[in-house]
Amino acid sequence: MSDSAQIAGDERVKKEPFMTKLMKRPELGAMAGVVLVVIFFAITADDSMFTLAGIMNFMTPAAQLGILAIGAALLMIGGEFDLSIGSMVAFAGLFFGVCVVTWQLPLIVAIPMTFVFAGLVGAVNGNIVIRSGLPSFIVTLAFLFILRGLSLVGLKAATGGSTQLRGVRDVVENDWLAPFFSGEAFSSLFSWLAANGMIDTFKSGAPKVPGIPVEILWFVVLALVATYVLLRTPAGNWIFAAGGDSTAASNSGVPVNRIKVSLFMLTACCAALVAIITVIDAGSTDARRGFQKEFEAIIAAVIGGCLLTGGYGSAIGAFFGSIIFGMVVIGLTYTDFDQDWFQVFLGGMLLIAVLFNNAIRKRVTGER
Amino acid sequence: MTEDTKFHHGDTVTDLAPIVEMKNIEKHFGNIIALAGVSFDVKPGECHCLLGDNGAGKSTFIKTMSGVHKPTKGEIFFEGKPLHFDTPRDAMEAGIATVFQDLAMIPLMSVTRNFFMGREPTKGKGLLKRFDVDHANDVCMEEMRKMGINLRGPDQAVGTLSGGERQTVAIARAVYFGAKILILDEPTSALGVRQTSNVLATIDKVRNHGIGVVFISHNVRHALAVGDRFTVLNRGKTLGTATRGEITPEQLQDLMAGGQEMAELEGSLGGTV
Repeated sequence: MSDSAQIAGDERVKKEPFMTKLMKRPELGAMAGVVLVVIFFAITADDSMFTLAGIMNFMTPAAQLGILAIGAALLMIGGEFDLSIGSMVAFAGLFFGVCVVTWQLPLIVAIPMTFVFAGLVGAVNGNIVIRSGLPSFIVTLAFLFILRGLSLVGLKAATGGSTQLRGVRDVVENDWLAPFFSGEAFSSLFSWLAANGMIDTFKSGAPKVPGIPVEILWFVVLALVATYVLLRTPAGNWIFAAGGDSTAASNSGVPVNRIKVSLFMLTACCAALVAIITVIDAGSTDARRGFQKEFEAIIAAVIGGCLLTGGYGSAIGAFFGSIIFGMVVIGLTYTDFDQDWFQVFLGGMLLIAVLFNNAIRKRVTGER
Repeated sequence: MTEDTKFHHGDTVTDLAPIVEMKNIEKHFGNIIALAGVSFDVKPGECHCLLGDNGAGKSTFIKTMSGVHKPTKGEIFFEGKPLHFDTPRDAMEAGIATVFQDLAMIPLMSVTRNFFMGREPTKGKGLLKRFDVDHANDVCMEEMRKMGINLRGPDQAVGTLSGGERQTVAIARAVYFGAKILILDEPTSALGVRQTSNVLATIDKVRNHGIGVVFISHNVRHALAVGDRFTVLNRGKTLGTATRGEITPEQLQDLMAGGQEMAELEGSLGGTV
């Protein structure tokens, strides 16, 4: 057989340089973006931006967005969209607020209930998309309005006319579970570092940064778990397959529908996590919570290398995409630029990211 | 399996019991009769060609065989026992593997990830149960080498492979997962000469492992190159089954075109028409 010549090695295949290999990683664009943005702000922004306090300052909004973005990224890799996550934050916030304030439930009951509730809404979303065969864009666009409207109506019903539900802090303050969802972690470590003069302190001797805000820890843990699942479990392979070509995947025995519905539930639960963290932090919930977060999360996922058509992307990419986002939002306040440049910057980043991703995809698939 | 079933055709496995036997299969879609009584069987180590023009019902028939469609009427026997498949997965688990025209391959994913799609090997237990990537990569490289394809690396995206190579990945995958019957839906229709001969050679390798191959084609020359038996479908019906050597390419061609010269062919088809 003439195959033996081929087995010896295909002379038409050039050796791949290291750079080309690196270029094929979906998260590369976002990493390069982080470097560029850091350089930009290192030149233009006040030095205090890259102190420990400054970093915590931009990492906090990055983390809140990032939790959503990682969910959105997994869903996008699975081939679907969820435009309702922003509204879901408000809706889950309302549910959580009502649980703790109106029903006076302890967090150990209220938090799981909120997740189950969000998961159910996600499952409804997912089932409608799967069963109707409609694009998820349209179905979840409908839920963007439905959930936002329900949040408004529900808040008014719960508070007797106001669109803000207060008093969360008073009821959860002494709950043993609260430190996992609010405030700062490792505060004793930071006090110790401050006492030993290793980090900046106020005149009183208290550290300027009392600890790592818990949302940052959630963000990091979620990014690691999502990456592990994507790259090292069968479920991860199924997510890529479902997004790459759902017919091919189900012909190969991948439970595509179950995967997609689970991903919708996961994104909704990510929204619920953000809702719980921000509601406890602020001590109240309101109907505008999470406004337009769906777009920001999708932008972060796209900057992170996710293809809009599904089947390609990474959770680490969404992680860096969110950090870019946080740096730009907060970073502009450290510069002399007008804050409103932010939106221009955001749109520009999105456009560059999509062009870049498109080029990368052509390289990966060898498309000509 | 049997040493005497080499590349010489005609005198194959007549004594062996068929792995799959489909009797008088009918399939209706609403008021459309896609299949009007098709009988077909596949024996181990043979390549049974299913020929027919466009719209003859080839695709519907193999989809019935692979569990995608349920037959409206008719019986399926698998290794002698009556059987019906509810999902493609049932058929796959029984040992009927189908390589569809779209190949069920995802271009953006690596060869290994495609190879094990839906059947990932795992290691560890409970929460630590994970995709055994190293093992998967090794198996994939090895299986592809056996089929005569040298991959750049297991992480090479399927999108960068040629059409023939993709076919081979799909076939290697089916064989690795213990297919007893391999259904190939027009594997050569979009390929060049060289790639076609590679795929035909692969079919021969697979057959020599004792696997029954169902080769769907509308190219008589490709079918004659590897086929042991030939069944022609026309307008949802079987026009007959011929053994290799009993039929000339011209006769097959005529049959596929609508059986206008049926009368002449009666004799050569051994009265099976």
